[in-house]
Amino acid sequence: MRKDKWIPYGLVAPYILHFAVFVAFPVVFSVVLTFHRWNIISPMEFIGLDNYVRLFKDRLFWQAIYNTLRFLVVHIPLQIVVALALAELLNRTVRGASFFRAAFFLPVIVSGVVVTILWQQLLGYNLGLLNRLLTAVSLPRVAWLDDPDIAMYSIAVMATWKNVGLYVILFLVGLQTVPAQYYEAADLEGATDWQKFRYITLPMINPTIFTVVVLSTIGGFSLFIEPYIMTEGGPLNSTLSAVMYIYQQAFQYYHMGYSATLGFFFALLILGVVMLQRRYIEQEN
Amino acid sequence: MLRYLLLTLAAASFLYPFIWMVSASLSSENGLSSLTLLPVEPTWSNYVNMFSKIPLGRAFLNSVLVAVVTTGLVLVSGAMAGYALARMRFRGRNLIFYLIIFTMTLPMQITLIPNYISMVKLGWVDTYFALIMPFVLNSLSILLFRQAFMGLPQALIDAARLDGCGELRIIFQILLPNILPTVLTITILTFMGLWNEALWPLIVIRDEPTMTMPQLVTLFSVGGRAEAQLGVKIAAAVMLALPIVVLYLFFQRHFIRSMASSGLKD
Repeated sequence: MRKDKWIPYGLVAPYILHFAVFVAFPVVFSVVLTFHRWNIISPMEFIGLDNYVRLFKDRLFWQAIYNTLRFLVVHIPLQIVVALALAELLNRTVRGASFFRAAFFLPVIVSGVVVTILWQQLLGYNLGLLNRLLTAVSLPRVAWLDDPDIAMYSIAVMATWKNVGLYVILFLVGLQTVPAQYYEAADLEGATDWQKFRYITLPMINPTIFTVVVLSTIGGFSLFIEPYIMTEGGPLNSTLSAVMYIYQQAFQYYHMGYSATLGFFFALLILGVVMLQRRYIEQEN
Repeated sequence: MLRYLLLTLAAASFLYPFIWMVSASLSSENGLSSLTLLPVEPTWSNYVNMFSKIPLGRAFLNSVLVAVVTTGLVLVSGAMAGYALARMRFRGRNLIFYLIIFTMTLPMQITLIPNYISMVKLGWVDTYFALIMPFVLNSLSILLFRQAFMGLPQALIDAARLDGCGELRIIFQILLPNILPTVLTITILTFMGLWNEALWPLIVIRDEPTMTMPQLVTLFSVGGRAEAQLGVKIAAAVMLALPIVVLYLFFQRHFIRSMASSGLKD
């Protein structure tokens, strides 16, 4: 029996080792790094709170946060509205439902690299599909990716197109948990479609909405490959994302300490925002 | 009727760009500006040019190697840990469970730079180790295995023990065949995640022969090597999308169910 006692520890040993190397150490080391200047090659130099001071004065740090917020302001509502609308349409459809589901889901499984290259063509100024549609109805062309006031919103729409299929499925699962009797009872009371949606459907799918909000927020702060390929953070840093800025500081300038400080603060920000969202949603219920 | 019209419009907006991408990649340079669904002046030249410009064949093999090896290791290590958490009592079990939850809520922004430094110090930069080792254990897959193992009857395990099976044989020979849907879910999620991952390879791989497909295609699109040859860039995107789309055609329902289960976990 003595030998048996060690079996569970043997089974979880790979996990513990992996956790120590790839989770525990990086978390601790990232805090250490925030107090140092380091280019990886020369020895680490302790600089106290300099990285923190620099961070709060760093225009690009605030710009990255501002850009992320601009992304989320479009991305989150658009995602919820489109996903909910498509899920509602699918929920009542029987014939062909699996085809539509599969079509909506296609961009979800494909690499963001592919989607970005594709949308770069759709959003092209001269030959892009969108501008051709606009000129066809004699509207002026839009500089989707070259106008600093528009570029981030274009990326937000693209990201919605890529992810929305997943949320359609999540909403469908949510909609199917609403008992049919609720609607029947509402019908007897003479409720309108909007009332049924507002007072029955919406409260029941609130947890799904929360999931969409949280996943989208994390996604917004993790945005990288889309601006990296499409705009390289431009024009005028208007699409510089949090992860892109971390990447630039670390791998273009080799400011490992400062880059870790950025990562640390963005992580805190994400956790903070998600906690606020959770509190807000719980209050709503 | 209106409902079908709307759904069809929506489906077209998701499918048309992909169809355009494939036909554009098979068109000549002057056909690229058209919006048709069929290739204009059909030619393979974009693909021929692509293979002569970038080592995409090698990158494909790298991607396959990394995705297959890592997925295999995720399944083995995840099943072991999930089984211990689900069916064994030992001190520290709850602690491990909390560590897994902690890992899942931890934003990757905080670990990105320290993990890169670890790779440098371990001498793993520009090796397959850097692409594989950070991903061989995955919190979500442990939780999914734990849940699946908890749902199995104890009699199955007891009978195997009476037959003298060791714990590893119980896990992999007796129990795993009973939870194949979970195995498939974890396989799909892990494989797809690795196949599409571009950020981490961009950080740890500088050496072209070790690059995976998403990384190579990204660098090709950003760096000037496409030399404004749009057709070649689109052909590269098609090559990157093709394997996962083919898998999706075969395992469509499983893909959707797997992704939905990962979304609902949070």
